[in-house]
Amino acid sequence: MKFLFHFGRYLGLLGQAFQRPEKQSIYIRQILVEMEKLGLASVGIVAIISVFMGAVVAIQMAFNIDTPLIPRYTIGFVTRQSVILEFSPTIISLILAGKVGSRIASELGTMRVTEQIDALEIMGINPATYLILPKIVASMLINPFLIGMSMLLSVGGGWLAGMATGLFPTADYVNGIQSFFHLYDIFYAFIKTVVFAFLIASVSAYNGFYTKGGALEVGEASTNGVVYSSIAIIFVNLILTQILLA
Amino acid sequence: MIEGKNISKSFGDRLVLENVSVTMEKGKTNLIIGQSGMGKTVLLKCLVGLIKADQGQVFYDGRSFSKMSFNEMKEIRQEIGMLFQGGALFDSLNVEENVMFPLSMFTEQTLSQKLERANFCLSRVNLENANKLLPSELSGGMKKRVAIARAISMNPRYLFCDEPNSGLDPQTAHLIDELIKEITLEYNMTTLVVTHDMNSVLEIGEKIYFIYQGKIWWEGDKHNILYTENKELQDFVFTSELTKKLKPKKGFGV
Repeated sequence: MKFLFHFGRYLGLLGQAFQRPEKQSIYIRQILVEMEKLGLASVGIVAIISVFMGAVVAIQMAFNIDTPLIPRYTIGFVTRQSVILEFSPTIISLILAGKVGSRIASELGTMRVTEQIDALEIMGINPATYLILPKIVASMLINPFLIGMSMLLSVGGGWLAGMATGLFPTADYVNGIQSFFHLYDIFYAFIKTVVFAFLIASVSAYNGFYTKGGALEVGEASTNGVVYSSIAIIFVNLILTQILLA
Repeated sequence: MIEGKNISKSFGDRLVLENVSVTMEKGKTNLIIGQSGMGKTVLLKCLVGLIKADQGQVFYDGRSFSKMSFNEMKEIRQEIGMLFQGGALFDSLNVEENVMFPLSMFTEQTLSQKLERANFCLSRVNLENANKLLPSELSGGMKKRVAIARAISMNPRYLFCDEPNSGLDPQTAHLIDELIKEITLEYNMTTLVVTHDMNSVLEIGEKIYFIYQGKIWWEGDKHNILYTENKELQDFVFTSELTKKLKPKKGFGV
């Protein structure tokens, strides 16, 4: 019952958020501001995690291929496939759920408990549209760039690991990266990314928007935002994988 | 004029407002007073539409607020200014951006026109040279003054103030009271102030409702509040040593 209550209220909030903005020029500026806050501010963490993630996948593959029957280019191939299909879109989205999700939930939660959301409402501004819509749109626009960057850096990280450890030659790795490439995999990854971006922004915003109380509850809203958006990502990942790859 | 008719509101089993009817007069500072937890802020939020009353109706100059669509409500809200307890300034905007915010959202004014209006409103609350400060850099009194400047930036017809003096020193509190009284007269607004500060009551209470246990217990003005025979109101008014000295001797009255 509790789940149904929250799910219903979440859909209601989305209904409010996706209404016609009061003044479009202000909203476009808000989207750009949010793209900077939610996207560009995450470039560093995404880059670091991606390089190391690619490096670890490549090294693990190299250690696990201990038979000469499996060609060495498999390392590059598997690294690329793992990164494109799962690691970059899903793992990086989970990282962003932590970083961006907590930011959104705590920002809106603080605005709620300090009556800033009430102030917007009193002015005749739809607070859901003004505060949530730009965050959702900005996340859905900027996250594909972050994930695309993550894919490139992860594959690069794998190559760096090979160079540094000498576990596999560059030529084999590059050959593997170029083998059996399907453009659909990229399409699949970006579809997932956009859906996950929507979930991160909207679920976290929902948790922040309905905060009641004070500082303690803002912290709780922030934690719930991260937890529930992560669960939503994992659940929807399963469904999308079944639908798009079946 | 704002009228609230037969407003009731419960939170779970707890009845907070019971059949409350009030009339806030134009050009006057109307006060709702009472102890904490008696339903003052809930009544204010019901009147302004932030809380939906379980029953009752609200009229703004005869226009039924309770029966309005979401868009009609949005329009009427552009005629409302509100001063929240903590100011409710937007943290990410500086002082002048906060004051210009309603203008940016609802008017087609140029930046220089908006700046001119913001500067006028800020000078009206005696807050020049603070334009570029962020809310986190302001004192409590300054925040309230910026909030008043923001509230009057659109020339509202109705002004709501939720405990405007809470947390302020007596001098700043007096300044805020004077400001509310002045701008109410100047703009001929219908002003509603929720407070439990007796200084405010005696300074600006042109029409006063005393709320007790969710009901209107007494109605009057600053001139006759000291002569009340109502026991609950007497307990509220003559609490401090200072107000006890104002208590009229028996035999005097209006």
